[in-house]
Amino acid sequence: MVHELWRRIERLGVRCAAAVARLWRRSLHFRVVVITVLLGTFVALGLGTYMYQRIGSGLTSRATNIAEQQALSQRDYAQSQFNNAPRTDIASLRAIGQQVAAPVTGTHPQEAGEQNDRVVIKRSPGNTFPSLGTFFTQAGDAQLIPDALQSAVEKDPRHAQLQIATVRVGARQVPAVIVGARIVIPNAGNYDFYLISPMTAESQMLGIVRTTFLLGGLALTLLLAGIAYLVTRMVVSPVRDAAHVSERLTAGALNERMQVTGEDDLARLATSFNAMADSLQRQIRQLEDLSQLQQRFTSDVSHELRTPLTTIRMAADMIHASRDDFAAPVARSAELLSRELDRFETLLTDLLEISRFDAGATAAANELVDLRDVVARVVDGCESLAQAQGVKLRVHSRREAVAPMDARRIERIVRNLVTNAIEHAEHKPVDITVAANNTAVAVAVRDYGVGLRPGDAEQVFNRFWRADPARARTTGGTGLGLSISLEDARLHDGWLQAWGEPGNGACFRLTLPVKAGQPIVRSPVTLAPDDSSVGIAMPKGNSLTIGTRAAGASPAPKGPGGGR
Amino acid sequence: MTTGRVLVVDDDPSLAEMLSIILQGEGLEVTVCAAGDLALRAFQDTKPDIVLLDVMLPGIDGVEVCRQIRAESTVPIVMLTARTDTVDVVLGLESGADDYVTKPFKPQELVARVRARLRRGDESEAETLQLGDLTIDVPGHVVKRADRAILLTPLEFDLLVALARKPWQVFSRETLLEQVWGYRHAGDTRLVNVHVQRLRSKVEKDPENPEIVLTVRGVGYKAGKA
Repeated sequence: MVHELWRRIERLGVRCAAAVARLWRRSLHFRVVVITVLLGTFVALGLGTYMYQRIGSGLTSRATNIAEQQALSQRDYAQSQFNNAPRTDIASLRAIGQQVAAPVTGTHPQEAGEQNDRVVIKRSPGNTFPSLGTFFTQAGDAQLIPDALQSAVEKDPRHAQLQIATVRVGARQVPAVIVGARIVIPNAGNYDFYLISPMTAESQMLGIVRTTFLLGGLALTLLLAGIAYLVTRMVVSPVRDAAHVSERLTAGALNERMQVTGEDDLARLATSFNAMADSLQRQIRQLEDLSQLQQRFTSDVSHELRTPLTTIRMAADMIHASRDDFAAPVARSAELLSRELDRFETLLTDLLEISRFDAGATAAANELVDLRDVVARVVDGCESLAQAQGVKLRVHSRREAVAPMDARRIERIVRNLVTNAIEHAEHKPVDITVAANNTAVAVAVRDYGVGLRPGDAEQVFNRFWRADPARARTTGGTGLGLSISLEDARLHDGWLQAWGEPGNGACFRLTLPVKAGQPIVRSPVTLAPDDSSVGIAMPKGNSLTIGTRAAGASPAPKGPGGGR
Repeated sequence: MTTGRVLVVDDDPSLAEMLSIILQGEGLEVTVCAAGDLALRAFQDTKPDIVLLDVMLPGIDGVEVCRQIRAESTVPIVMLTARTDTVDVVLGLESGADDYVTKPFKPQELVARVRARLRRGDESEAETLQLGDLTIDVPGHVVKRADRAILLTPLEFDLLVALARKPWQVFSRETLLEQVWGYRHAGDTRLVNVHVQRLRSKVEKDPENPEIVLTVRGVGYKAGKA
């Protein structure tokens, strides 16, 4: 029970400490106020203690002086009383001693006992005369005389000896000055005269001083905290404003500016902040304009090329249609002309598509489609090419893989991947795997041909990139295919990833979310295949996620083993 | 072989000449007009059976020319466009074009489109269809609602007849493209959408709540109850 409670308290404490630590880290305001309070307390304590001690020692030395004089004069009085004693028998001397020790101003004995000095007359240790006994103003005082004082009086009887000790006054313990001196009583030898002077008034005064200092220190610290809070707020709130505004700027609100008031340093901060924002905005606008201009140029060029290309196309077709009438070299030229025009046209189409992506003028028409149907259509279409290359296309698909997609674009991606695989398969089979899980559907196209060299996986999606410039091309691709595929995948918030090893082939994987706007958790197909020499756990080969992600989703994994 | 008159409106002289060569090779009679503002005049002078119209023209642009011609004739119009952007294509179609080809096109492709649009008057036997409160005289190319003729372009008429002949069948956009436009391979389904809208605006009493041409969500279109 107690243990449980203790643990609870401990947990609470830890949580509080964590909260304070967090506040400390995050709030300049809090930090400044805390530091000010700590320093203020420290200074107030130090100063207070010093002053308290000075006052205390001043009071003590004054009290001591007074007590010493008092003691000497009373000693002299007592000495004279004894000296002038008419009789020196023990009883008379005792009477004198009692009279001397009796309260000095005895009108109100009770009061006098509390406030006034007390006297003790004690037989000196070396006295051989018959004892007169000990005289005292208040009972029990004789025991209060410290031994050190007695021996000091014994050693130097001609001077007054001082010591401070605590005595009882009424119910309270009060510091008191005890002054000791020697008197000589005729026929009775040496006696020590002690005056006990309680510092009641002084200690009361010190108490008042202490209370005042404590209260004053507390008030000062609180005041300091308040001042620190106010001053910091004056500085921190513009800084917070600046932080807020720069957050808005980061979020894209380029027109956001700080308010400038006055001409102080904070106003200068705001002014220069705004100047920075202006300059940033100007540069961003310039870049935007420039890139828009470039995109428009690409688009315009592509369009302008189309009209002459149409004429050339028709003329070439006309010549091509009647090539049988020409001599062999001319007929062959007509064939080449016609074929290269096809390529030129494809290139132009791809270029336009890319420029449309760059301009952000694309939108995917999403409807629920089974990825297997798309793959089946592509495989049908590529069958003749595969046969010509001596490549066997093997499709593996068990479950349905339905996801929202623009079937035309996805078909374009898959066709691109499959024709690429056929082209690089080196007469070995190509495996096409379709699968689905809770968050994604995927198709992986795996070939066992030349593969990718280290670093290639990062480049395959670059525009006009070629695996091996010296390699003969059979399908006459434009070099834009994978770039367009990547843009198409991005349009679907999907992933398009590549993996490859030299000599072991390559794998391209397209993963699409099953629900638009929902991030893909993991792809249902592995990218680096089981038969990779490196194993399934971590492909050492060159796999790269050209990750595309939905807004707000965590970035797609990158680097080796990306997206597994 | 079908003979017919073609009006080519294109400002690029080489392309216009090449088009003439190709179309003349197909046995068609070709007239060329190089500017938008002269196109309507040329149309009125030559009374062509089909118009090939470039979208970007000096003077008045192709979309406007198309609108002018459509205002006085139901002649088939095929747009030649260099831009495949949605806005351009839809604008062209909404201004009244029946079909479009994107530059660069192959000669066979163009000829196929022209032929498809010129293929008329094959139906000789008398056939009358009833669709809602519409009476369709197929060989006479007349659609009437309560003895009042509704003016449809040949393409709109073909679309209506295709739907009316099989009122029990739901036609996908692809099927309609094949049957009405003569596309053998998948084409642009926006053609169908735009023309259905145009047809509805002419034959429906309330185009917002169609009764003649019904949309079957996710599949395509079908005819309303006879």
